[in-house]
Amino acid sequence: MRILTLAGRRLAASIPTLVLILIGVFVLLQFAPGDTVDALMAQMGGGDATTAKQLREYYGLDVSAWAQLGNYLWRLVRLDLGFSAIYGKPVATVIAERLPATILLMTASLSLAFFFGLIFGVIAARGVNRWPDTLISTLGLVFYAMPTFWFGLMAIVVFSIYLQWLPAGGFEDITVGLTGLARTLDIARHLVLPTLTLGLFYMAIYLRIMRGSMLEVLTLDFVRTARAKGMDETRVVVRHVLRNALLPMVTLIGLQAGTMLGGSVVVESVFSLPGLGRLAYESVIQRDLNTLLGIVFVSALLVIVVNFIVDLLYARLDPRITTGG
Amino acid sequence: MDMTRRAALLTSAAIASSVAFPMRSLFAQETPRKGGVFTVHYGAEQRQLNPSLQASTGVYIIGGKIQEQLVDLDAAGNPVGVLATSWEAAPDGKTITFKLRDGVKWHDGKPFTSADVQYTAMEMWKKILNYGTTLQLFLTAVDTPDPLTAVFRYERPMPLNLLLRALPDLGYISPRHLYEGKGDIRQNPVNLAPVGTGPFKFVTYERGQHVIAERNTDYWRPNAPHLDRIVWRVVTDRAAAAAQMEAGQIHYSPFSGLTISDAARLGKDPRFIVSTKGNEGNARTNTIEFNFRRKELADVRVRQAIAHALDIPFFIENFLGDFAKRGTGPVPSVSTDFYPADNGPQYPFDKKRAAALLDEAGFKAGAGGTRFSLRLLPAPWGEDITLFATFIQQSLADVGIKVEVVRTDGGGFLKQVYDDHAFDLASGWHQYRNDPAVSTTVWYRSGQPKGAPWTNQWGWTDPTMDKIIDDAATEVDAAKRKALYGDFVRRANTELPIWTPIEQIFLTAINAKARNHSNTPRWGSSSWHDLWLAE
Repeated sequence: MRILTLAGRRLAASIPTLVLILIGVFVLLQFAPGDTVDALMAQMGGGDATTAKQLREYYGLDVSAWAQLGNYLWRLVRLDLGFSAIYGKPVATVIAERLPATILLMTASLSLAFFFGLIFGVIAARGVNRWPDTLISTLGLVFYAMPTFWFGLMAIVVFSIYLQWLPAGGFEDITVGLTGLARTLDIARHLVLPTLTLGLFYMAIYLRIMRGSMLEVLTLDFVRTARAKGMDETRVVVRHVLRNALLPMVTLIGLQAGTMLGGSVVVESVFSLPGLGRLAYESVIQRDLNTLLGIVFVSALLVIVVNFIVDLLYARLDPRITTGG
Repeated sequence: MDMTRRAALLTSAAIASSVAFPMRSLFAQETPRKGGVFTVHYGAEQRQLNPSLQASTGVYIIGGKIQEQLVDLDAAGNPVGVLATSWEAAPDGKTITFKLRDGVKWHDGKPFTSADVQYTAMEMWKKILNYGTTLQLFLTAVDTPDPLTAVFRYERPMPLNLLLRALPDLGYISPRHLYEGKGDIRQNPVNLAPVGTGPFKFVTYERGQHVIAERNTDYWRPNAPHLDRIVWRVVTDRAAAAAQMEAGQIHYSPFSGLTISDAARLGKDPRFIVSTKGNEGNARTNTIEFNFRRKELADVRVRQAIAHALDIPFFIENFLGDFAKRGTGPVPSVSTDFYPADNGPQYPFDKKRAAALLDEAGFKAGAGGTRFSLRLLPAPWGEDITLFATFIQQSLADVGIKVEVVRTDGGGFLKQVYDDHAFDLASGWHQYRNDPAVSTTVWYRSGQPKGAPWTNQWGWTDPTMDKIIDDAATEVDAAKRKALYGDFVRRANTELPIWTPIEQIFLTAINAKARNHSNTPRWGSSSWHDLWLAE
């Protein structure tokens, strides 16, 4: 029951934010010169003024910007995300098609980042200022500083072109129609390089956070107490330190899951994956307002959901924080 | 250079007509292999795939394998019948009769007839198709005396040559029975799952991922096509596309889809062929467009000075390499039918002359050596334009013209240049489509409606030019038409409302296993009925 109350309160608080975000994006896009018909003309390589006028009526662009915004919000109230100009289908369908790839990539790379970030962070903190720490911290810095597009392309050069172990791009092999387990394995193979590219960057952040918060917690009184009562070191680290050191990590995940669900234009472009990031980028270039607003709406919803889950996790990790508080 | 020659060898060998070629025997022994999946780099997804509704390479690269047109171009660039078998124009040029191919079926099994031609021409080409609406402006009716005859009736004379050179791009036929009475043509779902008469049948389109088409077993050409399937992979990142070509995931990257440096690198690799062959029908020129609303630019001496200030051969040699050459005017040199013997005044690099012309026009260098400032809008169509913009900026600084480069995306560029007229100089591409009347003369003819992209929006009006253009558009005598377009080119180069200093042809990068490729001037857009893959 308390969870439901919390959920309700969260939702009520986020509706005004959501509306403000949507209006903000709408207004921002009005500042970009040209509309979706101009973008279409650019793509077609020309067309006459009559065609342009017909198209503007067809896309509902012949009314004022405020009327367009009003129409949009009114549709949204009725849970209708509208029609995508570039895709010629409902925005909800377009987004639903892109979600699986995005969620798969994001879950995979976040898990990778979280798991190895945690392990390496702990190892580095345990051997602080000795060689494991120096090695891990240096590697972390390298992964953090390396541009993802460059890392992605280099991974393709090494693993796809030179060694020919993994495919260079795409979501699955379409030249042969695979089904069932074979298809799952094929998709997994396609996702190895993008997951590494995206995951290693986030892992670098996590391991630094983990290392820092471990070091901090290790100096606290209760750790000294635990050691004083003769507990062995592994138990101290796992049962007492780790649990407390995890809190900043969970906070960070909550923040970054939102960013990652918005998609990663760079990784999706380099590996030709059909994700939300590329869809958003294309919608901006093509001035497809409905699709862009739809993506913003869905991403915002996902962020709200993820943050809610994070709040629940806090309470599990640290009983002092109550869901009601 | 070596690659270009090798590409030429392979493709010439594929063309049966080039009998005299010494290398021919080497490839003539190869019999086409049945089967195989050909993968194609698809860089920019379009909103629909029907080439009767949208004339652009992004649509032809897919739709052109599924749907067919009345005529296409053969290896020598001459019109050759596809769905039409013969054509004839009445002496007054107002009636053009097409005889259609017998026994052709749509992919859903329905017969192809003159009713399809009638519907497509009147409802799609005349009303929706870009450039088609202009080309068919004076088309009044298409008569269908029998299922295999279509008679095009025009209000004003239509030169047969113009129509035959325009139809390979603007002459795709759509199935009437799937469009008529099915509501708004633009919204018809068939546009994204096209049905045609071509060698390949549409299978599926996953947005953002791929398009698949498979062999049409009922195709009207005997023993064609050779391939089992064609797969178009959506790859937006150019460097990633090159990597996928090297990994063997992509066989063919059309229309300069790779970066200039990647194309040069793959060209040195024996597994690939990089060449302009097969793209002669897609010639383009880099342009500089002048806005006459600026008083400085309204003076022809200033426009000439700007032309003289740019060292074009230097730019080509250092930035574009082997695949570009000095442009001579609005009609590129690959257009054998219309390229004039005399192109009129050219503007070789001469900084002193440029400075003298600017002084003469009354724009003396002020404080700091600056005469005046200009805003330059480069179009975002390709990296060559970006490079050229920087080159213009630096070259003009040398003669005292300060240039501010303003970059935008596609929609923004068209809006600011062609609708808001918010530019001083613009630089982009002019695409030449085999006949100047299709998409070239609109850049020069006055009276273009505001907002129409790639038309005369420069604020330039010239009655002499307008008359030449109008006369040529309805001249039915081929020799007289060619002469008129000679006048057109010379007038354009004299008045210089636009300068066309660089001529380029799109680059093809293709896996060396492909056979019978690049064998027509618009091969990337053509139907690929004879294309096959060696083991």
